Amino acid sequence: MPNGLPRTLDQYRLAIRAHELSAEEYLDETRRLIERDDPQVRAFLHLRLDAAQSDAQAADPTSPLAGAPIAIKDNIMMAGERCTCGSRILEHYVAPYSATVVHSLVAGGAVVVGKTNLDEFAMGSSTENSAFFPTHNPADLTRVPGGSSGGSNAAVAAGFALGAIGSDTGGSVRQPAAFCGVVGFKPTYGLVSRYGLVAFGSSLDCIGPITRSVRDAAIMMNVMAAHDPKDATSVKRPHVDFEAALQPSLAGKRVGIIRELQELDVQPEIAAAIEMAREAAVKSGASIVEVSLPHILSALPAYYIIAPAECSANLGRFDGVRYGLHVDGRDMTETYSRTRNAGFGTEVKRRILIGTFVLSAGYYDAYYKKATDVRQLITDELDAAMQSADVLLTPTTPTTAFRIGAVTDPLEMYKADVFTIPANLAGVPAVSFPAGKDTAGLPIGLQLTGPRWSDAELLSSANVLFTALGGES
Amino acid sequence: MTTTIGLEIHVQLATQTKMFCGCSTAFGDEPNTHVCPVCLGLPGALPTLNAEAVHLATRLAMALGCKVHEVSEFSRKNYFYPDLPKSYQVTQFDRPIATGGTVPIVTERGSRSVRLTRAHIEEDAGKSMHAADITLGGETLVDFNRCGMPLIEIVTEPDMQSGDEAYEFLRNLRRLVRWLGVSSGDMEKGAMRCDVNVSVSPDPAKRGTKVEIKNLNSFRSVKRAIDYEEQRQAQCLADGTPIMTETRHFDEVQGTTSAMRSKEASNDYRYFPEPDLPLLQLDPAELASVQAHMPELPWEMQSRFERDLGLSPYDAALLTEERSTAEFFQQTIALYDNPKKLASYMGTEVARLLNERGTTLAETRLTPEALAGLLTMVENDAISNTASKDVLPLLVDTGTTPMEAVRGLGLEQVSDTSTIEGFAREVILENGAQVEQFRSGKEAVLGFLVGQLMKKSKGKANPKLAGDTLRRLLK
Repeated sequence: MPNGLPRTLDQYRLAIRAHELSAEEYLDETRRLIERDDPQVRAFLHLRLDAAQSDAQAADPTSPLAGAPIAIKDNIMMAGERCTCGSRILEHYVAPYSATVVHSLVAGGAVVVGKTNLDEFAMGSSTENSAFFPTHNPADLTRVPGGSSGGSNAAVAAGFALGAIGSDTGGSVRQPAAFCGVVGFKPTYGLVSRYGLVAFGSSLDCIGPITRSVRDAAIMMNVMAAHDPKDATSVKRPHVDFEAALQPSLAGKRVGIIRELQELDVQPEIAAAIEMAREAAVKSGASIVEVSLPHILSALPAYYIIAPAECSANLGRFDGVRYGLHVDGRDMTETYSRTRNAGFGTEVKRRILIGTFVLSAGYYDAYYKKATDVRQLITDELDAAMQSADVLLTPTTPTTAFRIGAVTDPLEMYKADVFTIPANLAGVPAVSFPAGKDTAGLPIGLQLTGPRWSDAELLSSANVLFTALGGES
Repeated sequence: MTTTIGLEIHVQLATQTKMFCGCSTAFGDEPNTHVCPVCLGLPGALPTLNAEAVHLATRLAMALGCKVHEVSEFSRKNYFYPDLPKSYQVTQFDRPIATGGTVPIVTERGSRSVRLTRAHIEEDAGKSMHAADITLGGETLVDFNRCGMPLIEIVTEPDMQSGDEAYEFLRNLRRLVRWLGVSSGDMEKGAMRCDVNVSVSPDPAKRGTKVEIKNLNSFRSVKRAIDYEEQRQAQCLADGTPIMTETRHFDEVQGTTSAMRSKEASNDYRYFPEPDLPLLQLDPAELASVQAHMPELPWEMQSRFERDLGLSPYDAALLTEERSTAEFFQQTIALYDNPKKLASYMGTEVARLLNERGTTLAETRLTPEALAGLLTMVENDAISNTASKDVLPLLVDTGTTPMEAVRGLGLEQVSDTSTIEGFAREVILENGAQVEQFRSGKEAVLGFLVGQLMKKSKGKANPKLAGDTLRRLLK
């Protein structure tokens, strides 16, 4: 970013309102950056810069987002734009309608610049599972941006957008936020409508904002959070002003450390960042408490049963009959088989097979049923822990961004989500925020998790730690 | 030989919109015109539950005496088929909305109750039209207008033993769903569909091999298919041919069944709870209100008519076939207290007229007041029974009052003594021979003379008064 140009949504809005800047001027700068850097980063699957230009011209400077450039993960519908989910099977699919959250953003003054790359159908932790190309981490182009919302996070980190949205089923907003050095927020399940998000694990999927500051996440949440009658799992709640809820300190807050996660192997710089965050919390008036979640280490295996089970049903509709890729066979079954074999990548196939297996007669109780029991257990334990702590502090990831192609074992890849998955299983909010860099200069992300519906308070706590550790207020 | 029969009936709930979206449920429109991202299962679309469908299902389940559960759950039933756009059907599995219940049936073998296993709500699939149905050479086309229509599936216990009993069960169930307004019950439009399970065993204590029959498009087909299958399986047993567990297709033209596909041993639908819909929670107060507003059921009313009003089982059944007819009957007997006569008149004259007009009672302009008035006039000799048949069409078509109609047609019965005396004197003058015969003791001739008088009065003279007057004048 050239000097003087706003770096955050908050600064942008102030500049617009002070008439120091217009939405079009800012979009021009953004466009220049995209054209210069995206060929290396490859955050976007499709750009709509010309359409964005006329949107920016028409943008209302008094609207909440005031014409700010926003990027959208390519598994969220925007009418008239392609929605590929990073998959060959939907390579040419054009969205016939817009997701509720896209409607809200556009109505709130967002100018959508493009649709971002992702692991196919949001399945992955590196964006290497995109059927089209991997996205590169702007902090180090030889490394992955994380995933599955790697494109959205890379776009925000690279200055291609002031904010983005992603979907988070097991950490897909937060883990790449940590790798890219931006803020990624997974709200309470039911706070943001899922209508128009292509389902992966329906009981886990949440749409969340990706921004350069915690305050920016609050600004976006003010636009995104609303009850949606089109989503039966969306919950009617009293209105909350997320930005107004940001407090200057952690006075009286109890920051919980999870005993069982202390034993996990974590990169030393990340462990050090946790120490710094603890000190900053205490300095800001918080107390540190230790909580116990005896079954939290079972979250990862439970997740890798529940999410594939749901995905095996959710992805059944891509059969080549009504839309998407179609490969002819001799009969119906062969047509299905050829279409799906050609249309889905390895990881998606792996998960569909796992999901089909765990739901099969004779295995259901041993796998799916058991996993949902474990899920309930972890949820109960988290709820209980939240009685003695207001927020839980953990790393977002065990390591910083790894090199493209470095992790080939799927189980190793799954472990990248060990800290983020519990929040999805329990439906509670969690936010990843930047907390310095490792010795290689790669961003470190820390995560705060809060009780259900404490989203505004959680962002407030995260904002205190984020700014104390050097982030922009 | 013992035949054991169980039924699975899908009843389409009479809502304005589909189960999980706002699309119209109108029948018979251009294919694929009542569709949206939700019922087409487009990526990203989500279901929202139609409260009216739940209400109708609850009402029906309560009328059937089911236990309606305050908490039930939707599940996904997974299978691939081109008319199933999500590759799963949203249905209920482990926790249906209702369990138990009964339907009473009356057959030659007497009255019995058929027990119900469960009732659950679900969405319909689209409709595949194969090459045979269309003129487009070999293609299969799919119409998604039906996709997402709300259904309640009722599963019976294997409590029936003959095609007649199954027929009677379906007839009574259809009467109930129409009575309650929860469905049109129209099998031709697919608003009621039935699959049958039949097994025949030589040992009454043991159940035979269960065979499922599909493609049953009318109640009569159900009965015919069962009758055929009963014979076929009995023949297999007699020949020592094994009976396969399979699904058989009923051929309406031949009246036979044939193996459709062997039911794969592991037809695994991989049911699991539908994550897009929260548990279905029914408000106990609302359930109580549905119960409190439950009308008298058709079979309850039918036995009351027999018991308290002395109607024949035939008349009682006829009057309780449609709720509007039963209500019309009840409103009419409040004004005309001769239930048997009314039942008979409705069953003959009114029924014949409606049949001619091809209409239903509710669609005509006939009111209980008018019918009661008409029958009262007959009873009071104001008009003859024969004349009433000319009046009825006017009441049905124009909604006029019986008084006006009778006056308009000039059908008032003449009971005025001096007028009748005038006619009588003319008859006596003109029929000298017959008068002589009567006077010489031939009583039967009076009938001829009354007939002549009636002719002169154009049928309007009160026949009893005419006879009395002639007799008096001839003495």
